[in-house]
Amino acid sequence: MAEEMRGANDFQWIGKSWAQVDGLAKAKGETVYADDMFLPRMLYAKMLRSPHPHARIKSIDVSQALNRPGVVVAMTGKDVPIPYGILPVSQDEEALCVNKVRMIGDPVAAVAALDEETAEAALEDIVVEYELLPSILSIEDGLKELEESELQDAQIHEYADSGNIHKQVALEFGDTEAGFAEADFSREELFYYEGNTHLPMEQHAAVAQHGADGRVTLWSSTQTPHYVHIALAKVLEMPTSQIRVIATPVGGGFGGKTDPFQHEIVVCKLAMMTGRPVKMTLTREEVFYAHRGRHPVLMWVKAGMKSDGSITALHFRNFLDGGAYGSYGVASTFYTGALQTVTYPIANYKFEAMRVFTNKAPCGPKRGHGTPQPRFALEVLLDKFAEDLGLDPAELRLRHLVPDNSLTVNHLTVTTNGLGECLRKVTEASEFKIRRIESNSGKGFGLGCGSYLSGAGLPIYWNKMPHSGVQIKIDRGGGVTVFCGSTDIGQGSNSVLAGIVAEELGIHLNNVIVVTADTDLTPVDLGSYSSRVTLMTGNAAIDAARPLREKILTAAAEVLKIPTEKLILRNGKVTTKNGAGEAVSFEDAVQWAEAKFGTLGSVGSYTPPRRGGKFKGAGVGPSPNYSYSACVAEVTCDPETGLYKVDKLWLAHDIGQAINEKLVIGQVEGSAYMGLSEAMMEEQVYRTGKSGSSGGIGPAGLHKIPSMLDYKSLTSLDMPEVETILVETHDPEGPYGAKEAGQGPLLPIMPAIANAIYNAVGVRIDEVPITPEKIFQGLQDLKKGKSGRIGPKTFPQIKFPEPIHVAPPE
Amino acid sequence: MLRLPPFDYHAPKSVAEAVALKAECGETAMYSAGGTDLFPNMKRRQFTPQTLIGLRDLAELQKIESADGMRTGSGVSLNQVAEHPEIIKRFPALAKAAALVSAPQLRNMGTIGGNLCLDTRCNYYNQTFPWRKALGFCLKKDGDICWVALSSPKCLAVSSSDCAPVAMALNAEFYLVAQDGERTVPAAEFYKNDGADFLNKTPDELLVSIRLPAHEGWRMNYKKLRRRDSIDFPILGVATALRLEKSGRSGAAASSGTVGSSSIAGECAEIRIVLGAVASSPLRAYEAEKMLIGERLTTERIEAAAHVAAKLAKPLDNTDMTLGFRKKMVSRFVADAIKEALEN
Repeated sequence: MAEEMRGANDFQWIGKSWAQVDGLAKAKGETVYADDMFLPRMLYAKMLRSPHPHARIKSIDVSQALNRPGVVVAMTGKDVPIPYGILPVSQDEEALCVNKVRMIGDPVAAVAALDEETAEAALEDIVVEYELLPSILSIEDGLKELEESELQDAQIHEYADSGNIHKQVALEFGDTEAGFAEADFSREELFYYEGNTHLPMEQHAAVAQHGADGRVTLWSSTQTPHYVHIALAKVLEMPTSQIRVIATPVGGGFGGKTDPFQHEIVVCKLAMMTGRPVKMTLTREEVFYAHRGRHPVLMWVKAGMKSDGSITALHFRNFLDGGAYGSYGVASTFYTGALQTVTYPIANYKFEAMRVFTNKAPCGPKRGHGTPQPRFALEVLLDKFAEDLGLDPAELRLRHLVPDNSLTVNHLTVTTNGLGECLRKVTEASEFKIRRIESNSGKGFGLGCGSYLSGAGLPIYWNKMPHSGVQIKIDRGGGVTVFCGSTDIGQGSNSVLAGIVAEELGIHLNNVIVVTADTDLTPVDLGSYSSRVTLMTGNAAIDAARPLREKILTAAAEVLKIPTEKLILRNGKVTTKNGAGEAVSFEDAVQWAEAKFGTLGSVGSYTPPRRGGKFKGAGVGPSPNYSYSACVAEVTCDPETGLYKVDKLWLAHDIGQAINEKLVIGQVEGSAYMGLSEAMMEEQVYRTGKSGSSGGIGPAGLHKIPSMLDYKSLTSLDMPEVETILVETHDPEGPYGAKEAGQGPLLPIMPAIANAIYNAVGVRIDEVPITPEKIFQGLQDLKKGKSGRIGPKTFPQIKFPEPIHVAPPE
Repeated sequence: MLRLPPFDYHAPKSVAEAVALKAECGETAMYSAGGTDLFPNMKRRQFTPQTLIGLRDLAELQKIESADGMRTGSGVSLNQVAEHPEIIKRFPALAKAAALVSAPQLRNMGTIGGNLCLDTRCNYYNQTFPWRKALGFCLKKDGDICWVALSSPKCLAVSSSDCAPVAMALNAEFYLVAQDGERTVPAAEFYKNDGADFLNKTPDELLVSIRLPAHEGWRMNYKKLRRRDSIDFPILGVATALRLEKSGRSGAAASSGTVGSSSIAGECAEIRIVLGAVASSPLRAYEAEKMLIGERLTTERIEAAAHVAAKLAKPLDNTDMTLGFRKKMVSRFVADAIKEALEN
């Protein structure tokens, strides 16, 4: 797509720093989020949620709620019985549970009332009879084989591969046994990565209206209006042409607003039942139940290495705790195996994984989707190997990098790999090599790396259509309106869209109006997930803008009697390339073009190149290009208590080409924050123990800390300085050479912290989060002459299916 | 979002008016100072008062006076306490504790009186109504079981005030007024080690002011353990106040900043050590104090006393961080609190 490589100075906008186009409105409080919406005659809805982790619904009686003054309508699962789900293979969710509940927090009924207080009070009037079922709360429980007789009660979903094993995967690329035989030495390790959640500032909210024309409009805080559109059509049994989905400005998503959600369907149905607009805003606690966050993953890893540091074989076995529903889980499972290969060459690779259903909030995609867990394991493992070899950890990695324009063992195409430059820059800036060795007890330096995809190569449902579409119209006064289905979730996709169109048409950003994420107005973009928007929407925007540029220049050339190829659009003017002659305004040129060609408009689209292997599961992993990141963390840890602070992070990111440098730095720092917070403290904690008997010790499976006070996440005071270094590799696939920035920079943080703690106090924490309590335990163990390693000690012994054998590429 | 339950709001202009209103409304009314703890609890239905008696207009609660030590009104904001030059000079441990409460915005609203009367906290109690209903209600509110220790006959919610341990270490006195009378209660008698019934104060009594007896020549400190440097309640607090004998050598030794075994500090004439957030009330570590009074405060002696003080702490699994870790941190924090006080 980068048809012409231009130097930074040739750009008017690209690579420069400019304020987000919607930033000031947000800072001034003008932005209308979904919860800020008030429509005439609007009702407020609340959902009654299950207090049991797993139970059959015997009966629901809403009559008392309907008698309460101010209550307008109540509904149950029978009003919306059609199941849905984000993946075609996991249509296992219900807007309100019909026959059984699968987690504490599963909604069973909804009420709409004149105000929120009344709706909330009315929930207490609803009587639900449950029959309790055994609950499954851990990976070990989920892996248990179930007898035929147990299935009816103990199986969470009938469509699981087996028992409560939702999905099992086994792939082998090359011959790992032969690879291990070639190795000079090998390591077998266990790692655990605890689940955590997105914690966006904005709670999910949605407003629905059923118009006089019979159409339903949904305003929702969603990252994926297109997929919500499809799910609504299915559940409401209406054609998509009768439904309009508008994504309101999203106050943080991070993957947590990427599924179609219960409350979105419920407000639509309530609006249809009442003929009045209906709003529902989740409480913070309810956001914890909606979840879709990071999967807890237990990992067994074996790696073989030659004495030169090259990896002869790598074998991952992963168990994912999926929670109560499928969500993106099948993709998440594959992602815990897909991207280990794109950083350092792996000669032979085997990947086995199982995702289990448990009676807890469903896991799904959180920033990094499935890759942070195995990346943590791999980068800590490399730190251990470097120590075995007596090598500097950066040196070990630098010797073995996946080359540009190559295929990995699992058939992923790497176009450009900036990891080497990231490593060199980040270690130089931090003086890693010297300071790591010279640091005193308590002070430590750690290194981690990572790679992420710039958009999934395949859509979520099978089709051959573009992944992103852009439409442009130009007003006679020179105003340019860009229409695109993409959704700004704070990452700045509206700004990227505006910046690219302004660049192509040589005009000021102020003259670009961006209309996005409205299924009535904008062409489809698949949504803000998988770090796809800058690359895909960006390429579609270029595709739409260039024909218009040609028309404007052609018309100007005719009037000015100068050959088209000598003219350029720049700074709101048409000028000659060498600056000779008089400049004419963009506005005049646009009018000449409209006179010559008729109404000015154009469309552009982007479809990623078809890549990847032909085996089952090859759809997860391919991407137009991959970003690379390297991080050095400096920590100070009290060698007696394990209490520690992170002093500084140096984080280098291969962005290909920054579209807006300031925005990229913001994304990198945001990733650093989020990664550091999960490295240090974030965890989803559920009540364990025996469940069921009401007179017993109370239900297990209750989220123990569903609030922003008790679910610990870093505050601004805990955030260290981050030195961001951008590396530009000018990738041929990205717009102007760009890659993603939203997720990749998170990946190296967690292993960098673990490795720094080891460097500081000699304690290996093979787990996330890395808490002072764990370090303290490790320090106590060290004093007793033990290894000082904290991490999982056992791994379920379970037979994986025979792997699909895939030959490495030629 | 979570909504407040409906309530009437009154803003009396005097203490007399406030306590009369409370007497009139009885159990269905509550006093509200900064509201930073009360309103979240109301949203979660720990409290559903029909009437709130706002205290913001009571001038008497806003006074800070220096007479016979200091007296501060209960309505003084935590930030005012933290930044008051005379409090910083004369009672630095209190200023420090106030500065460590929550976050700046909440310290602007939250009051010293509110913090001293802070409701005890527990992971099983500070939850929404539907959450507590899903689990089953507990001893502290609406139920008859303690989820932290199933066999416990009494509530084990945790005293989570930063200022309370300091008030105890400073022998503060709490001036309470109700319609039928007034009384002054020493801090040591103000707190009760029962999570559900944790204050020696009737609901009608209004904490009007706190008197801090003069501590000229004392050294004092407060240390707080929590996961993050802001927002979080203490999961361990240590307050200490101590006075050295005015022997010739003590000043020099203390100001040298070392408490190593070889350094000679003056003998400890008086010391008070109070642990916060390890029980339902602040706990005074008398045994540890006895080990230090009349002794030179060497590192070894401080650490031995800290070890004894730590035995008082029996943390349970109802706050942040593991209870084993919290228990292990006590002796270190006590020792550090004393050492830092000597260095000040």
